[in-house]
Amino acid sequence: MTVGVLVFPGSNCDWDTVHALEDLKTECRTIWYTETDLRGLDRVILPGGFAYGDYLRSGALAAHAPVMAALERRVAETALPVLGICNGFQILCERGLLPGALRNNASGQFRCSLETVRVTAAHPLFPGLAAGTLLRLPIAHHEGSYTVPPGGLGALFEQQQVFLQYADADGVVQAYANPNGSVANIAGVSRGSVVGLMPHPERAMESYLGSADGRRLLSSWLEGGMRHGA
Amino acid sequence: MRYRIAVEVMLKPAILDPAGQATEGILQQMGFSAEDVRIGKRITVETEADSAAAAEIAGRQMAEKLLANPVMEDFSVSVVAL
Repeated sequence: MTVGVLVFPGSNCDWDTVHALEDLKTECRTIWYTETDLRGLDRVILPGGFAYGDYLRSGALAAHAPVMAALERRVAETALPVLGICNGFQILCERGLLPGALRNNASGQFRCSLETVRVTAAHPLFPGLAAGTLLRLPIAHHEGSYTVPPGGLGALFEQQQVFLQYADADGVVQAYANPNGSVANIAGVSRGSVVGLMPHPERAMESYLGSADGRRLLSSWLEGGMRHGA
Repeated sequence: MRYRIAVEVMLKPAILDPAGQATEGILQQMGFSAEDVRIGKRITVETEADSAAAAEIAGRQMAEKLLANPVMEDFSVSVVAL
């Protein structure tokens, strides 16, 4: 299996992600944002960073880079598993591959902290991560407050598209455990084979660095499968 | 004909604007009567079009497809002939 890690001008978690994948004994290669041939890739990660300097809106310009049209085709045709981390999540929302949008944190501050997230809906791409699973993962963002159009939240839950929610240490989803003002504490969403999350699993690969739960999340994603059309 | 399109993008009223709130607080500290401060962007584009109406349509399409995010932003378009 080969994982492609997309690199936009301004990506800065690309090599951390490559390091994490290599640590998990996974073959991977970086894909420059101008590439349009994604054959040979079994999975794709959009890493964190500040693609195009976050100009206009976070992810808005990168969403229209040449590689994204190719990615969109692979998702539609072969249900390619795609994981967007932080800025990668923003890019996927801006492209319309995931519902909703990420706006400025309610605090007005950049937030860099270790948070507890709860798996809301189990997803076929994450075997072993049952609903209710708690993970400790770091966040580092200024535009991470998830929002949906008015009236859109119910459908998101009904369609099991809410993947992760910020929770307290006991796993209870409540207001004071929300670091950025996301609607319903949402930290990650999915649509089909595309998943996005604001926390950085590639920065939680070793318990001596605070948490190894990112290793658990990425390992699970690398094992997970998706039936085409599922 | 050459036109300058101006697209004004504002956060929707329901979307919290922390930068606007912080600015509002300072304006009030400075003694101004200032409420509901909202910060948006103005994007100008020079374009070739057959008419002002055509330039405005192009501006709306630019806004819908890239310059504004319909989930959280509203926009308005104006056009001047150059």
